[in-house]
Amino acid sequence: MEHASKGSAPQSGVWAVDASGLVKTFGDNRAVDGVDLRVRAGTVYGVLGPNGAGKTTTISMLATLLRPDAGTARIFGHDVVKEAHIVRQLIGVTGQYASVDETLSATENLVVFSRLLGLGRAEAKRKASELLEEFGLAEAAKRPLKNFSGGMRRRLDLAASLIAQPPLIFLDEPTTGLDPRTRAQMWDTIRRLVKTGSTVMLTTQYLDEADQLADRIAVIDRGRVVAEGAVDELKASVGSSSLHLRIQEGQLIERARRIVEQVLGAQSVISPEAGKITAPMADADRVADLLIAFRQGGVRLAEMSVQKPTLDEVFLTLTGHGVKEPPAQSSADRNETEVMQA
Amino acid sequence: MNDYPLTPGAQRALKNHASVGQSLRNSFTMAYRGLLKIRRTPEQLFDVTLQPILFTLMFTYIFGGAISGNVHNYLPVIIPGILVQTVITTSIVTGVQLREDMDKGVFDRFKSLPIARIAPLAGALLADTVRYAIATALTFAMGYLMGYRPHGGFGHVVIAAVFVIASSWAISWIFAFFGVIARTASSVQGISVIVLFLLTFLSNAFVPVKTMPGWLQWFVNANPISHLVTAVRDLVNAGSIGGDFGIALMGAAVIVAIFAPLTVRAYMRRT
Ligand SMILES: Nc1ncnc2c1ncn2[C@@H]1O[C@H](COP(=O)(O)OP(=O)(O)O)[C@@H](O)[C@H]1O
Ligand SMILES: [Mg+2]
Repeated sequence: MEHASKGSAPQSGVWAVDASGLVKTFGDNRAVDGVDLRVRAGTVYGVLGPNGAGKTTTISMLATLLRPDAGTARIFGHDVVKEAHIVRQLIGVTGQYASVDETLSATENLVVFSRLLGLGRAEAKRKASELLEEFGLAEAAKRPLKNFSGGMRRRLDLAASLIAQPPLIFLDEPTTGLDPRTRAQMWDTIRRLVKTGSTVMLTTQYLDEADQLADRIAVIDRGRVVAEGAVDELKASVGSSSLHLRIQEGQLIERARRIVEQVLGAQSVISPEAGKITAPMADADRVADLLIAFRQGGVRLAEMSVQKPTLDEVFLTLTGHGVKEPPAQSSADRNETEVMQA
Repeated sequence: MNDYPLTPGAQRALKNHASVGQSLRNSFTMAYRGLLKIRRTPEQLFDVTLQPILFTLMFTYIFGGAISGNVHNYLPVIIPGILVQTVITTSIVTGVQLREDMDKGVFDRFKSLPIARIAPLAGALLADTVRYAIATALTFAMGYLMGYRPHGGFGHVVIAAVFVIASSWAISWIFAFFGVIARTASSVQGISVIVLFLLTFLSNAFVPVKTMPGWLQWFVNANPISHLVTAVRDLVNAGSIGGDFGIALMGAAVIVAIFAPLTVRAYMRRT
């Protein structure tokens, strides 16, 4: 996808984020295990990975919330450890869990943050109402956050990150748990943000979201970057779509799998109890070949569908193992995704 | 979004440290946030309003006859005692709330903002002086309603009030320290209540020292709270500032000198 910001990106060599060898261990759990990331100023960078992959921990180190155990990271050339105070002047952070004050109203939250950022009393009030207007929260401005919906909280959180108009914004799973409509609004907001020249680094569990928003993606798994590249490159490596099929006689599943792997030339996943096979597919047109091969091999299909690839398939292709603990929302997410694109 | 383009990162004027002025401004903003929170959840003022009212009534009528012969004679003894006890009890909340606050998501935002790191801590301690002021005013008001007329006059009552508030602020550093190092808010409450009981009941706040056994008298006389209570009694009943005033101030200074650096260091490590 094309962003207006792409053309206006600063001269090459300006890295909004330049991290190498980042490590963070909790006890004997290497949550982040040697992560290298480089984000060019003016672009949207997606960090894609399942629950527990180390996305939040990585963002926390880049945003000076956690101290790396090893490795270095620079934000616009400033070291996150030695120049933490400077780095904080350059970033806005919207965490995975809303970091706003529950007891205060939306306006009070934004006024307090604005005052902390050095705005005067009147200026802070103006900024708060401007942002609330822009994020569709003007009507709820005076109510305490206790009765805000998840989506409203997220929007307020994002608004709070934009007070100082930071050139780099971290968004940790900005749409996890949001309903499809709110998610679409959030995507629009992020796109508008990028048009103003901000660099955005976002994490997500959804390939589709990274696809919609990011210029480049890093896929991380168990604290390591397992793939990095432009969205199109990455997708090409995964296949443009994924095949899901169920056969009538469960005992033939191994035969069916061999046929799938032969015809598509890719690895597949089986869930035997359901008699289901899933496999990435570079070219949807291969379905015809596959059907013929099944007929010839005597395998009868119960059900077949071609869907957009999900994180599971990306993982399978990139790491050779599936997502061990599929996020609770992954199937709901797929439905939402289709609604979105309908 | 914004109508004007962003200032690129490389062109911003950046500093790696918060100046003293900025630290003060940030602390006052955090104190302002504390006041907003009190206004939004007035139920958290229950303790500072109910305790002075209930304790003053209870202690005066229960112990008055036994200790001073009658209630009226007990008032000059008990009001300063209750005052000190209530206001210091109130300062426990500082530690408990600090712990609760640090566990909340909003603290992550404070940590990611270019503000003085000490501001959330300083702001919390500052905002709580409002609670002490409320507790102080209510205790004196209750005493007045029950017939207490301090001989020291209004001016000395005000001095005593400021003195108690300042001392409680000093003592709140102890509870803030527990707040910073403890794992949960309820454990802060637990430790603090024990410390508080030792400090206030093993003092001359409610009962004359000479009625206690010798070994206990030694502790009670050394307890800075006893000196604080005596100093307040001298101020409000006689309008005089004696040696106890100086000792209590010293005690407060020592507490701040020990616990402020400890708390700040622990706080910086935790955040
Ligand atoms: N504060 C912490 N203490 C201990 N373990 C943690 C902490 N934060 C994260 N972890 C662990 O580190 C790993 C990575 O977590 P996280 O960065 O939150 O992943 P993600 O954001 O990709 O879901 C997980 O195994 C998680 O349990
Ligand atoms: Mg996370």
